[in-house]
Amino acid sequence: MAGVAGGNDFQWCFSQVKGAIDEDVAEADIISTVEFNHSGEFLATGDKGGRVVIFQHEQEVHFCKNRPHLRGEYNVYSTFQSHEPEFDYLKSLEIEEKINKIRWLPQQNSAHFLLSTNDKTIKLWKISERDKRAEGYNLKDEDGRLRDPFRITSLRVPVLMPMDLMVEASPRRVFANAHTYHINSISVNSDHQTYLSADDLRINLWHLEITDRSFNIVDIKPANMEELTEVITAAECQPNQCNVFVYSSSKGTIRLCDMRAAALCDRHTKFFEEPEDPSSRSFFSEIISSISDVKFSHSGRYMMTRDYLSVKVWDLNMENRPVETYQVHEYLRSKLCSLYENDCIFDKFECCWNGSDSAIMTGSYNNFFRMFDRNTRKDITLEASRESSKPRGTLKPRKVSTGGKRKKDEISVDSLDFNKKILHTAWHPKENVIAVAATNNLYIFQDKIN
Amino acid sequence: MRYSYQRRTCAIPRAKMFPKGTKRKFSDSREEPVAGGEDVNQSSLAAVRMLSSYSLQRQSLLDMSLIKLQLCHMLVEPNLCRSVLIANTVRQIQEEMTQDGTWQIMTQALSAANAAAQCSADRLVATEVLCRQTEAAQGEQVPKPFPVVGSEGCPAKEVLEEEAAAAEVGMTMSTVSPQAPTSYLPGTFGMDPCWEEEETGEDDDDEEEEEDSEECGSGSEGEERERDSLVEDTRTAEQVFGTFEIKNPAPSPDPALEELFSDVDASYYDLDTVLTGMQSVPKMGPYDLLESLSSHGPSPLSSSTSCRSDLNELDHIMEIIVGS
Repeated sequence: MAGVAGGNDFQWCFSQVKGAIDEDVAEADIISTVEFNHSGEFLATGDKGGRVVIFQHEQEVHFCKNRPHLRGEYNVYSTFQSHEPEFDYLKSLEIEEKINKIRWLPQQNSAHFLLSTNDKTIKLWKISERDKRAEGYNLKDEDGRLRDPFRITSLRVPVLMPMDLMVEASPRRVFANAHTYHINSISVNSDHQTYLSADDLRINLWHLEITDRSFNIVDIKPANMEELTEVITAAECQPNQCNVFVYSSSKGTIRLCDMRAAALCDRHTKFFEEPEDPSSRSFFSEIISSISDVKFSHSGRYMMTRDYLSVKVWDLNMENRPVETYQVHEYLRSKLCSLYENDCIFDKFECCWNGSDSAIMTGSYNNFFRMFDRNTRKDITLEASRESSKPRGTLKPRKVSTGGKRKKDEISVDSLDFNKKILHTAWHPKENVIAVAATNNLYIFQDKIN
Repeated sequence: MRYSYQRRTCAIPRAKMFPKGTKRKFSDSREEPVAGGEDVNQSSLAAVRMLSSYSLQRQSLLDMSLIKLQLCHMLVEPNLCRSVLIANTVRQIQEEMTQDGTWQIMTQALSAANAAAQCSADRLVATEVLCRQTEAAQGEQVPKPFPVVGSEGCPAKEVLEEEAAAAEVGMTMSTVSPQAPTSYLPGTFGMDPCWEEEETGEDDDDEEEEEDSEECGSGSEGEERERDSLVEDTRTAEQVFGTFEIKNPAPSPDPALEELFSDVDASYYDLDTVLTGMQSVPKMGPYDLLESLSSHGPSPLSSSTSCRSDLNELDHIMEIIVGS
């Protein structure tokens, strides 16, 4: 993979956008999670209304300058209502149906499985195709009515006839009542049999086949809730070692735990924390250090964390500081007070790796998203908006002006729209295709060279 | 927190502090007249004027944080991470303020303001009437002097927790049958519900609920004192109208009145009361109103013209509070 920024590197082009064009965005349509499956053939999105939409990549050949090009488009494959709003009668509180996370299971047969979760309940969905139908039954008619046995004079073998493709989604397991607090993460283990779910104070380990029990493997709830000063913000299983997982906290720390060490992994095996720079200390230091997402690299050697202003790459073998730090929107540092006032400082941005772990991507405000090339150290800011999206048009790099003098085409910090936030992005595991969720729209961009 | 709303000014230029289009919640400026300041202790006034702009900025941040903690939307469980981060910020500010002595100045000023208010006999009557169930707990707290800010785990904290519990029970009175000996406290941190007995303050579930109730800030001792004043403000405001209604023959609280307030999120109400009391009715804060009412005694409403003018003023404030 060459790189992410201009020149003979990538050229990101607009491919598709999904979702309504309306200025008036229905709350239920806001996309809350985006995830490619392991092959990249499928792209799943979850929204605040509890729905899951799955897109399938369809390749088509088109000729450009008399040479065949493979071009793919993601088209809707299946849509289903995963979670419904619920009411907790005991606490007199609503349980939102918003899908917090979707994680695909590795494919084992022709059907596809994914886990989707809201604040309290995780569900395992099976998505299967049906494109053939048996015809010519002996005992029943084509419309299903039983035939009179005395009328049957000869036997025939039913044959499979093609039919219109039907995609069915059915809930196979419901993992409920295991979380008192809001689930923020789910992660499938590399053994393909278990997965973990994390809420603000606890992490549970489940077996995919067993729904009425789970093991609690981390519990940071203090005996006296008055002493609560730190919560779990994200958790993930190590991609190669089924006994290792990490979880991040609101204080900017990451703990790596080994499940072989103890049944309850309250004592970490490794503790990752970057010492604070005393010169930049403010009342907001803790809030902006809170980690909103943690992701292992595909290799399993590194992990990446996202806090409010930066993305950090950590080597699992070095606990005292990250190996790389990338500033996402440092120009917001002087605006922290107002971002605190309008609550934007609590926005949870996600981050993702590309397939080869050479690049990382994360979102920002004003529908901007950022990509960093780990090898060349180049970075680029792009925008996901209708205005910037011409069919197969190359995306123009954007820039936020920080100094007094604003150049042409730059946008000043005060003009940024903080309501247009890109919290969820996903990178195809094998190709240079990215999915970016901008409120209720899903943008798909591809590398031109592809 | 009445005192700080009067005093707060913003030293940061607006353009720098807020992005375009962000609505500012607090818009005091140095030029605006001091609201309702006549009854405030003069020495406290001088002390505050000596505070640097950093302190004012810090104060503003503290107020903002407390409001954020109070204004939890109780329809859906509030975000625990956000609440914990805000609570930590409040704690951090409080620790810093304690270290440089600002905290003591502020609490002294508050105690002066509260002492003035507590002179009103009507207020005490209304307190009893509306918080009848918690009389035992209440009686403990009202005359108690402000405890010295101590370290975690000191008895002062426990007292304040009970106060908060009493306050919270007081606030939930309108939603729960007043006859019930125990009341249900929604756990805003998503804890299992706790059936609260009057005296308990030690149960961890309890404390966590006090910490995050719509009335309260986080569980640190120093700003519990502050929270307590906010709570007292709320009850005071509520009792203004409670008192007014109670001047009619029936001494028991008007169920219709409680019904009226049961829908109102007390925390919004508190904010409105304090801000409108200070800004739109600058000459008459809740305490002043009470004092003017008490001067008329428990006479029938329509008997004198002076009562009638008070009626109009109260109607006006009633409208603001109910948001007509």
